[in-house]
Amino acid sequence: MREVWAVAGKDLRIEMRSKVVASQVLPFAVIVLVLFGLALDADRGTLRSFTPGLFWVTVLFVAILTIQRSVSIETASSAFEALRLSGTAGWKIFAGKALAVAAQLLAIEAVMLLGVVVLYRSSFEDPVLVVTAALAATVAIATAGSLYGVLAVGMGVRDTILPMLLLPILAPVLVAATRAFDDGLSTAAVNGWAWCSLLACFGLLYAIVGGVAYAVVLEDA
Amino acid sequence: MAITTAPPEKPVKVVEPGSGTGSRTTRLLGLACLIGVAVLMVFAFALTEADLVQQDVVRMIYIHVPSAIAGYTGFVITAIASVMVLWKKSMWWDIVAVAGAEIGLLFTGLMLATGVIWGRPTWNTWWEWGDVRLMTSLMLFLVYVGYLAYRRVVPSADVRARRSAIIALVGVINVPIVNRSVEWWASRTLHQQSSLSDGKLEDLTLFTLAMGFVVFAMIFAWMLMHRFRIGWLELQADTVGLQAAMAERRAQMEADIDDAVAHPGVNDPTEGGST
Repeated sequence: MREVWAVAGKDLRIEMRSKVVASQVLPFAVIVLVLFGLALDADRGTLRSFTPGLFWVTVLFVAILTIQRSVSIETASSAFEALRLSGTAGWKIFAGKALAVAAQLLAIEAVMLLGVVVLYRSSFEDPVLVVTAALAATVAIATAGSLYGVLAVGMGVRDTILPMLLLPILAPVLVAATRAFDDGLSTAAVNGWAWCSLLACFGLLYAIVGGVAYAVVLEDA
Repeated sequence: MAITTAPPEKPVKVVEPGSGTGSRTTRLLGLACLIGVAVLMVFAFALTEADLVQQDVVRMIYIHVPSAIAGYTGFVITAIASVMVLWKKSMWWDIVAVAGAEIGLLFTGLMLATGVIWGRPTWNTWWEWGDVRLMTSLMLFLVYVGYLAYRRVVPSADVRARRSAIIALVGVINVPIVNRSVEWWASRTLHQQSSLSDGKLEDLTLFTLAMGFVVFAMIFAWMLMHRFRIGWLELQADTVGLQAAMAERRAQMEADIDDAVAHPGVNDPTEGGST
């Protein structure tokens, strides 16, 4: 596990020093939330009822940027080469990268949750469910994203191909996370915990597939 | 490890221009497909009865359901071929994978189009966002659009084969989700649950639907054979092109060496000769 923490720590330290996610991705998330408010004509009732969907669509946009950043720090100075030569197992590198992406996404989601409370007047009826759903969905997004991020390495069209590959496979996560938040924010009468279980299944599935496949992809990165 | 394009003991067979992808088998199969489609149309539009509720629109079932099964089959073939690409590291399987994905995408597109047309008179809407089967089918379609788009942007054949195999294996997870969605989320779909397993279909309807499956399977096989051969010819063309370029380069080097031996000092910069 030490290698996993080392890879995750490296990515997080780079972010702490460069502050790209904090100074660019986080403001982008807030801008998207504001734009949704403008697009829906500042109707608070509509905004409140659509909060779960708007929140998770924004998270997906943010995830694309975070994952692209996570990949670019490895490709900028051929760091993938160094990771390969370090002898660290592929699944450990994958777990470390996914962990770092998840940590950054969770930090952004925390600010966004504050944003929807202030901007959309949403309220947490079941905070435990909201936090659990956010954790499970973030794991699914980070694991799938880390795998697909490295698949797009070495291509001139990485910025456009990554969303095209990633967003369709994250659609079930979007649906499940939105439904779980519907329950947690009391915007619809659904069983949020059942959707949470589905999110956990997707997270586990993507983690297993990513862990197994990462070594193969890293060979060519 | 590099993916093998052809066994070393077998020289690359050069296909003459204009020889095409047809063979006696594919021509006979193509003819059988044409006859099969004609017979299926007679059964679907003339011999079977209209439904009491849906009237003639129900005849869409003979295209819609076989299209769906053909689409799933294409993606499952792609997944199996992708496993073989990763295991055997063979370009032969990569061609099977892309053939399965392209044909699967075509039939899934047909399934979506016929579903939309069928939905309008039956559900009074072209598209129902709350229908889990519709949404998962669209997502399945988009996953494989991404798969094929990805294949077009990876220049190296080896890397393309390996990486796209992983995308295909992740994508195929959606197939059972689409197929079982009407059972798993029964309250969130306008689709009926499986009529085949429930035994709700009448004899002639069931027979015609079964015929639809057979005809679509034949069309699928016909397309797969042609698409595979196109892929194989493309691979041969690349290999022959590479071999020709290497031979040309080798000949050029040999000519340069002969020239240097015949005229010593001419190309030597230290002697002041031009290069």
